[in-house]
Amino acid sequence: MFSRTYKLIVTLPPLVWVTAFLLVPYFLMFCYSFWSVTPSQTILHSWNLDNYKELVVKTTYWQTLLRSMWIAARVTIFSLMLGYPLAYFLSFYAGPRKDLLYQLVIIPLWVSYLVRAYAWKTILGSEGVLNTLLQYVHLTRHPLDFLLYSPFAVVLTLTHIYTPFAVLPIYAALEHIPRNLVEASHDLGATPTQTFWKVIFPLSIPGVVAGATFAFVLSLGDFLAPLLLGGPSGIMISNIVVSLFGAAYNWPLGAAISLGMLIIVVSLLFVSERLEKKWSFS
Amino acid sequence: MEFLVSPSSSSGIVPSSRWLLFYVAAVFSFLYLPIAVLIVYSFNGEGVGGFPPRHLTLDWYRLLFTDGAIWDSFLNSLQVAFAAMAISLIFGIPAALALDRAKFPGKALFRRLVLLPLILPGIITGLSLLMLFNMTGVRLSLMTIVLGHGTALISVATTEVFAGLQKLDRAQEEASLDLGANYWQTFWRITVPNLKLPIIGAALLIFTLSMDEIAVSFFLIGRDNTLPLEIWGRLRRGITPEINAVSTIIFVFSLATIVLWYRLNARAEGMAEIAAEMMNDDKSV
Repeated sequence: MFSRTYKLIVTLPPLVWVTAFLLVPYFLMFCYSFWSVTPSQTILHSWNLDNYKELVVKTTYWQTLLRSMWIAARVTIFSLMLGYPLAYFLSFYAGPRKDLLYQLVIIPLWVSYLVRAYAWKTILGSEGVLNTLLQYVHLTRHPLDFLLYSPFAVVLTLTHIYTPFAVLPIYAALEHIPRNLVEASHDLGATPTQTFWKVIFPLSIPGVVAGATFAFVLSLGDFLAPLLLGGPSGIMISNIVVSLFGAAYNWPLGAAISLGMLIIVVSLLFVSERLEKKWSFS
Repeated sequence: MEFLVSPSSSSGIVPSSRWLLFYVAAVFSFLYLPIAVLIVYSFNGEGVGGFPPRHLTLDWYRLLFTDGAIWDSFLNSLQVAFAAMAISLIFGIPAALALDRAKFPGKALFRRLVLLPLILPGIITGLSLLMLFNMTGVRLSLMTIVLGHGTALISVATTEVFAGLQKLDRAQEEASLDLGANYWQTFWRITVPNLKLPIIGAALLIFTLSMDEIAVSFFLIGRDNTLPLEIWGRLRRGITPEINAVSTIIFVFSLATIVLWYRLNARAEGMAEIAAEMMNDDKSV
């Protein structure tokens, strides 16, 4: 029913815009990663693999990447551990309060990322709320200094930020489970525990995969929480990229690392899409 | 569903649902504790730490209102958010229509590309655009941040509007076209009014996301700061409850937006229910 002109008019402008401001920049990032920088800090447009060689040879980059993945993995696990029971409760037990509780999950998402990271900084610091509280009730005598400026602080903050991201897709998946399946399982004599593990959980896996992907990918690329709360031991891979684009001034090497991150992210999205398809029942 | 919570069903379920309730309450406190602390300490005369809070005061709010740099950055953020909203909607709505209605080579790739910034860490979007502006000699300013936010948030407009289109009954558009209206008239008189809620929802979401955005802005910033970057700069220098005060105000604004959106949505759902009931009545008659 829609004419060719109509299709052309709705397709062409977004296509051109997205090409100019997403596709071309990614391609530029790809190009940069093969260029090099001279000691006098000009960028040489000569094609070589030096940046990639450096990434392979120097262990700092690998170690930081692995540490970032380990931090992201912990954030993912904790977000799922906090988020799944919450989504389950919302979907099966909340009754008439469902809408209200759903909004309560969403509201923290609307509180700015920066504000939440900052709030944790004021809680965890050596003069912070938690330490002064512990001393006030005489549980500790001296401030616990491992709370702030540590990977722990980064994992805690990112878990706080990404738990709602994990809840939403899991909740959506749970809501899509036909209730008569649950009833059938119960009528056929399964205990609630069996019903959960044999019916509900398998059917919610697509939501779990989506939530886990969100939490892992977004925390893997984070650089603000580590800068604010991580200290030297909490440095993540994006922090190295930031310094390469800033004071260290080596855009080509920074571009190579960014491209590596982009490839990791896109492959994860590909895998998670496959997993979601495999586990979805409809 | 009811049988899962009723005590008569199975002896094992009641304690476990009680534990679940306890666990859920704990998760909610984890989610809200930092926000509560933030708000409480915005009224604390003694600074951001220290338990218990002492000397409740409004001084930090007073300080905030006379703080020129904060106000300037707030106005900058407001401009950026409105401009980004315009770009995202102008390109995001047609993109949703294209995905819903057109067939063209590379459509799957196009869809993935549009949606990618939604899940991509902001640093990659920010840096790739920085390289583009650097290569083309564009000087960094609020304009480059607008382009960054606008482009990244097309994904939000497209997902919301596309979801709306999936539910849309095409018969109305067909009728409009059959009765002699052209595509332009049909778009403004039929398609847009039917997509009012997804579009408003997308606009509100884009607006708040842009107001809060920091990872992309971090790389595209020129001389003028946005509000999150102004706050970021101060955090690096040392912290005062003034930051709690501005954060509290941002929180209240976001909350007001979400309540507004929820009410619009609830009203629409109410209308949909009424419509559905009327249709049922027709059938029974």
